[in-house]
Order: sequence, then C-alpha cells, then structure tokens
Amino acid sequence: MAKRIDISGLSAFYGSHKAIEDISMTVEPRSVTAFIGPSGCGKSTFLRTLNRMHEVTPGGRVEGKVMLDDENLYAREVDPVAVRRTVGMVFQRPNPFPTMSIFDNVAAGLRLNGSYKKTELNAVVERSLRGANLWNEVKDRLNKPGSGLSGGQQQRLCIARAIAVEPDVLLMDEPCSALDPISTLAIEDLIGELKERFTIVIVTHNMQQAARVSDRTAFFNLSAVGQPGRLIEIDETERIFSNPSVQATEDYISGRFG
Amino acid sequence: MASTTPTETPPAPPAASRRAASTGRVGDKVFLGLSRGSGILLLAIMASIAVFLGYRAALAISENEGDFLTTFDWNPAGDPPVFGIAVLLFGTVVSSIIAMAIAVPVAVGIALFISHYAPRRIAAPLAYVVDLLAAVPSIIYGIWGALFLVPYLGGLNLWLDEYLGWTYVFDKTEVGVARSLFTVGILLAIMILPIVTSVSREVFLQVPRMNEEAALALGATRWEVIRMSVLPFGRSGVISASMLGLGRALGETMAVATVLSPSFVISLHILDPGGGTFAQNIAAKFDEADQFGRDALIASGLVLFVLTLLVNGAARLIIARRKEYSGANA
Repeated sequence: MAKRIDISGLSAFYGSHKAIEDISMTVEPRSVTAFIGPSGCGKSTFLRTLNRMHEVTPGGRVEGKVMLDDENLYAREVDPVAVRRTVGMVFQRPNPFPTMSIFDNVAAGLRLNGSYKKTELNAVVERSLRGANLWNEVKDRLNKPGSGLSGGQQQRLCIARAIAVEPDVLLMDEPCSALDPISTLAIEDLIGELKERFTIVIVTHNMQQAARVSDRTAFFNLSAVGQPGRLIEIDETERIFSNPSVQATEDYISGRFG
Repeated sequence: MASTTPTETPPAPPAASRRAASTGRVGDKVFLGLSRGSGILLLAIMASIAVFLGYRAALAISENEGDFLTTFDWNPAGDPPVFGIAVLLFGTVVSSIIAMAIAVPVAVGIALFISHYAPRRIAAPLAYVVDLLAAVPSIIYGIWGALFLVPYLGGLNLWLDEYLGWTYVFDKTEVGVARSLFTVGILLAIMILPIVTSVSREVFLQVPRMNEEAALALGATRWEVIRMSVLPFGRSGVISASMLGLGRALGETMAVATVLSPSFVISLHILDPGGGTFAQNIAAKFDEADQFGRDALIASGLVLFVLTLLVNGAARLIIARRKEYSGANA
C-alpha cells in the first residue's frame, strides 16, 4: 500500500544520449506529485524509470537509485517484471487491450499474478471499476470489448485495470492529453479520490491541471536542446505557483517560455 | 447566384465556366474509367473461365458412367468411361492438413522470433533467408523431395510406425519407400513456410507499441506480452497468412507429382505410399489424355476451385465473427 519513493542521483540514457541527469527527490505517499516542464525535458523518461519501463526501449539504461520504502528498484536481484506489478502505470493515450472485454481488461493484471476464483474476480473487477468511477456506465456490458468505449471511458478503464492489482504507486503519463475537457474533469476528480489509497505521480503539460490536482509539483528543464533534462525544483504546489524559489520556474509558469 | 432560393431552378452557368470546371476533372474521369474498367475486366475474365470450365466439365460428367464424387478410379478413356474425384479430394485435403499442422506453428514461431525475440542483427538476415525459401521454384522442391526427403524419411517413418502406430494414422502397413501423403505434407509444409512466416511477421510488427506497453506495465513477462497483446492483435493476420499458404498447398502441382507414387486408393494410413491430389493428377494425366479425358480433368480442377473458395469463405467467417474484438477500431 501507498509507499514513499526516494530517488537519488538518477540518470537515464538512450544509448549514449543522456536524457536526464542526476535527479534526486522524494515522492510522498498518499499524495499527488505533478511533473511539469517544457517538451523534451525528460519528465516522461523520468516517470518511466520509476517502474523500470525505460529499459524496455532499445538502448534504454539507468544509473542511480530508486528506493520504494526500503527496497531499491534497481538492485541487482530485483526483477523488473515484479517492479511493474507494484508500480502501476496509465499512459498518454488510452490503451485497453482491444481484443479483450471490459471485464477481462480489468482482470488482466490479476490473471497474470495467478489464478483466482470467479467470485473473487467479480468482486475485484466491480471494486476497481467503482474506484475508477466507471461502474455505473459499463456494468450492463462488461463482456463487450473495451475498445468500444469513448476515449474518456477507455482511460478510466485503464485506470481501473491499473488499480485492480492494488499497486503501491500509480504513475500517470499525461493521462488527459488525448481527452476532451469533460472527460478530463472526470479523471481529475478520480485522481483526487485515488490519492487516499495510492502514491500518485502525474506528468502533465497543463499547468492548471498540475495546480488543480497535485499536492507537490516538480519542475524540470533543460539548459539547451540535446542537453540532459534536470530537476529544477520541487515544492508544495501552492508555493511553486505563487512564489517559486527559482527564476526559471516562475518564467515557465507565467508563460514566458516553454 | 446569391438570389437563388431553393424553389427556383438556378440559371445554367455560362458555357465557358462549365468547360473550365470539367477540364479540372479530366484526371478524375480517366482514373475512374481505368479503375472501373479493371474491375469489370476481372469479373469478365473470372466469368468466362467459370463458363468455360463449367461447360467442359459438364460435357465430361454427363458421359461419366461412374459417380463423379465417389468413384475410386480415373479411367475416362475406358469403355464405358469411369472416373471420380474421391481419392483426389481425400489426398488433397489430407496432405494440406498435414502441411498446415506442421507449417503454421513453426511459421508463427519464426515470425515471433524475428519480430520480438531476435536481436536486430540476427532478425534481418533470418527474415531474408526465410523470404529466399519462397523464391525456389516448386520443381526444385520436388526433386529435392524425391532425392533427399523420400530416402531420409524412411527412419522417421519406422519410428512413427513403432511408437505411434497404435493411432492408426501412423500405422505403416506397406513396406516401401516413403512416397506417401505424409512426405508430401512435409514437403508442402516447407514450401508454404515462407509465405505464412513473412505475412505473420509483418502483422506482428504492426502491433501498436502502446498495446504491448499496456501489458508490460501490468507486469507481464515477454511471453505474457505476446499472449495478451501480440497474438490477439495478429490473429486475423495469421489466419489470412495461413489461407494464403493453404491455397498454395491445395494447388501445388510439380512438387507433389515428383514425390508421390500415385494410386487410386483412399487410406488413412498416411505413411503408406499412394493416393493423389487434384493438381498432381491433372499434371500426370493431361499430356496423354484425349479431348474427353481433358474435359474430365477440367471437371476435377473445378472441384479444386470450389474447395479453395469454400476454405477462403470459412476463413473470412472466422475473422468476421470476432471483428469487434480485432483491434481495428482501437
């Protein structure tokens, strides 16, 4: 259940290109931490190092430490597959399994972890769909394909799929950027509810969104194109948006660049 | 024009502007004519082939003294003429089933290896070699089958007979070289492997990255990613690929004619020499047949044509049945 993430001296590479450099920060449990910054500053890359998805990319490589409570995710004996079972992820574009029904989509993660009785599965699927505020919309068509839902519903289905396995952390990579404003609002409300139970990290390009949903905000920037991205500062969201301690943050937030 | 209301007919535009408008559409018209013409031409060719084959086949079948579907003999030159396609239909279907049973799993395995397992410097040459297999003419396969496969499969046949003989299918009742439907099936499997592999590989490579990441992010292993994302997405493509392969297996002529020692018997002992297929029978008999004998062979070819149509139709049904789950609307 909701764990603290402690990152120290983390760098990530694509082949010989260094995408992010020397990032250290702490992500508090049961809160929402937002990552903001201009395109190409490495915030998505950084997010993907937190569940070891970065190394799936050919040439992807990571240096440094990510502590989930007292376990180093990058310790030699740790299996990346096991990491991804405890650190869930929601992607930029809704990606339900197109060949699976709504029910099977939510149950997919559980089925990976072992066999469950039908009644247990039913309970978890209902709980997860309720948790994702989707139950009332889909309860009569659980055996219909997930790809038949609207974009916003699909994204909530993906959230239900991610929380069904009760992860310690939930990573969200611009979860609303492909959605209309109403669906976005639904997801933002949902994030507010989910932070009671999970540690949530969200990457967003939308600064109003960061201000609305997050408790703490981290600002990333890069000194020039081709240079690695760095963490500029991380603080209470209110402070970042009212009185940041670094000039670059203020410039970005007030729209002077990026 | 601004004063035109829906009730009154708009005045005809001046001739000059009409001509200007139509010159812009010449390309459209030419292209429409070309594509429509090609479509009609195809249908016309198909229809004339069907009429020709049907007419000649009907001529032969009306003179046939045996039952065309159940007779175990091919003697259109006899008096009275007796011929039937039972043996050919059986041999064609059985050898193709053997070929599919061997080729499809292997091809899917190779395609998955190339698309998802092999490092790039191995994947590219391997894909090239598999494609190269498709460029070998079928008569070469036939000669290789007759000179290499037939003698060297003797040991495998004995082994299958000894350990799997109780299944009836693998019971070898006749001593003799392996000029059997089983050998033909293996040869056909090798021949259809490249087409099934390369089409499957292309489909597997097109699985959207985000579908695979969805499985990865849930903590799926590489095999589980393939099972959850790649195979379901590629399912209809693999079926199409198999149908292309099956079409080739059903109609393969030279390789079968070179390997099989034909005889007009139906036997489920697939290791025993004998049997025949439509295409092999036509190739073997056409040269020495008279006009009537050729009509009889054409009639058998028509059955192969119908068989292929049925198989393709069935495949389309399978694909359409799960269309809403296909991922095409994702």
